[in-house]
Amino acid sequence: MSIRDYVKEDVFPLFTCPGCTHGTVINTFLRAADELKLDRDKTVIVCAIGCAGRTPTYLDFNVLRVTHGRALAFATGVKLARPDVKVIVFMGDGDALAIGGNHFIHAARRNIGITAVVLRNEIYGMTGGQYAPTTPVGAKATTAPYGMIEPSFDTCKLAASAGATYVARGDIFNLNNLYNVMKSALQHKGFALVEALTSCPIQFGRRNKVSDPAKMVQRIKNMVVTKAVAEKLSTEEQAEKFIIGEFVNTREIELTERYAKLLDINKKENEVVITMS
Amino acid sequence: MDNNKLLQGNQACAMGAIKAGVKFCAGYPITPSSEIMEILAEELPKVEGKFIQMEDEIASVGAIIGASVMGVKSLTPTSGPGFDLKQENIAFAAMAEIPVVIVDVQRSGPSTGGATICAQGDLMQAKYGRSGDCPIIALYPNSVKEIYKTTIRAFNLAEKYMTPVILLLDETIGHMRENINVDDYQDMEIINRNFPEESATDYLPYRPDESGVVRLVPFGNDKGYRYVISGMHHTENGMPSIAKNSIQNSIERINGKIDKNKEEIWEWEEIDTEDAETLVIACGCVSRSAVEAVKVARSKGYKAGLFRPITIWPFLDEPLKEALKNIKTVIVPEMNQGQLVHKINELINKDVKVVQLNIFDGSLIMPEQIIEVIEEACHK
Repeated sequence: MSIRDYVKEDVFPLFTCPGCTHGTVINTFLRAADELKLDRDKTVIVCAIGCAGRTPTYLDFNVLRVTHGRALAFATGVKLARPDVKVIVFMGDGDALAIGGNHFIHAARRNIGITAVVLRNEIYGMTGGQYAPTTPVGAKATTAPYGMIEPSFDTCKLAASAGATYVARGDIFNLNNLYNVMKSALQHKGFALVEALTSCPIQFGRRNKVSDPAKMVQRIKNMVVTKAVAEKLSTEEQAEKFIIGEFVNTREIELTERYAKLLDINKKENEVVITMS
Repeated sequence: MDNNKLLQGNQACAMGAIKAGVKFCAGYPITPSSEIMEILAEELPKVEGKFIQMEDEIASVGAIIGASVMGVKSLTPTSGPGFDLKQENIAFAAMAEIPVVIVDVQRSGPSTGGATICAQGDLMQAKYGRSGDCPIIALYPNSVKEIYKTTIRAFNLAEKYMTPVILLLDETIGHMRENINVDDYQDMEIINRNFPEESATDYLPYRPDESGVVRLVPFGNDKGYRYVISGMHHTENGMPSIAKNSIQNSIERINGKIDKNKEEIWEWEEIDTEDAETLVIACGCVSRSAVEAVKVARSKGYKAGLFRPITIWPFLDEPLKEALKNIKTVIVPEMNQGQLVHKINELINKDVKVVQLNIFDGSLIMPEQIIEVIEEACHK
């Protein structure tokens, strides 16, 4: 299938700003989904509010677009109701880590079979450039006119420590890596997290002297290093970079698999089968 | 076998939900509603259903909406501050037209208030707790038996009108035990949502049928129905739109379908209203004292009657207007600072006297207190 067949071009124009690279992540997702022959009728995409939340509504899938930050909560109900359905969640960084932070860590803890993609553009784009929990220290935002003073979240470390069984990072410059981790995440059985670094030249760039979309992409290129390169860096040097690639890939029992086991009580005359592990 | 059982109100709610066909419950612990989810956590797996305790009340409503989008009947119980948190996603269910049931076992507020203290403070919140013109159906049973059948009815209305339904309980009724024989309700009709007749290619998810109700095909279907469900204003194909007509149409439809069908949604009880001159209007646990008060007042020669709303929202405008025809005095006992009385005042003409009895210290309103008000009001 052509990638265009997955996109509802009849409802264009897109709402995104010129130079936005969220579409690159969606494009990469579609290529991975196509390669994996993902059954659209057995797939539900859940997304919420903000630029990253609105973008998936243009895809020809079943799309549930919910309240700000709550995509993973809704997705939990979707997956428990129909464990056979593939559930994919797209979120922005504010959506996933600020207002939705609680749902994020609990979905990871439960190891529920959801592929979660966080698009990290380091700013609240749609609402006009307010700072996010991912805005780098010193960067300007409408609500940080003197520069950001708060430290940022490391999304991958957060997901890994909360219990996610697949954790990876990609970016909109190194597309082979983004494609590979997206594909692995979609094939993963438990909770899979992909953080994708994207660029927002309008709301982030303009306030931080990188309004040129190409320079924003260049900035991301300079921000990231592969794991192999990172190993040669000092701890201080590493702290200034985003490492891309796979961090966690383990096989643990997924939540709906545990539930299926629990439902066996019906077959074994109410014998309790859940054991402490 | 005699199936006569002594059940707690919250237990009757959980059992009514199972009878209605609920297969999913998500909740967060909060007194005095927790028994409902505790029972469902035990019972749902026995009917191939699932329960999950979510990280908060916001997530609980989110999860049940997610399950309902997949075609599974779902419920979440809560109370007080938990009901506050649930408003956000109740609004989503109303806007996106997803059937779910939210049980609010009312406790004394605001805020933490008193977890086991009975109060009727959420009547207005049930209707007006969300931003925008947000439609809602709210039902208010007053006994264990009525909780059982009203829970089933809540699901029937949710599925039929594709809307969230709030079931309001009083702490006292939720925790009270009464006799019930669930076999008596064996034949109650169970309604499931309608599916469209048109094929996937002609399907417009948000194009309503003649009764104003949309037909949403569950996601994950194998017939190729693919569409967007969104809390944003949307067109008939579900796509986000803030065009004037799509805003107007969606707000009119989600409210209009309730209004158009209100006669079927309305349920109320009248006692001794035919010749009454004094009308007590009460709901929930207070109405039980009011039944007794009206009986005693009658024996003392007062022409008293009772009007008990079981459907709180949409409000029973016409039936109440009808009941008020020959009424000279209206008495409104409530365990709050006066909420139901606002709607009653809207309907009343000037020469009818309205007397409020508001007790909100946690103690139940007793029949004697209502009788006293009846006597006082009728002598003045």
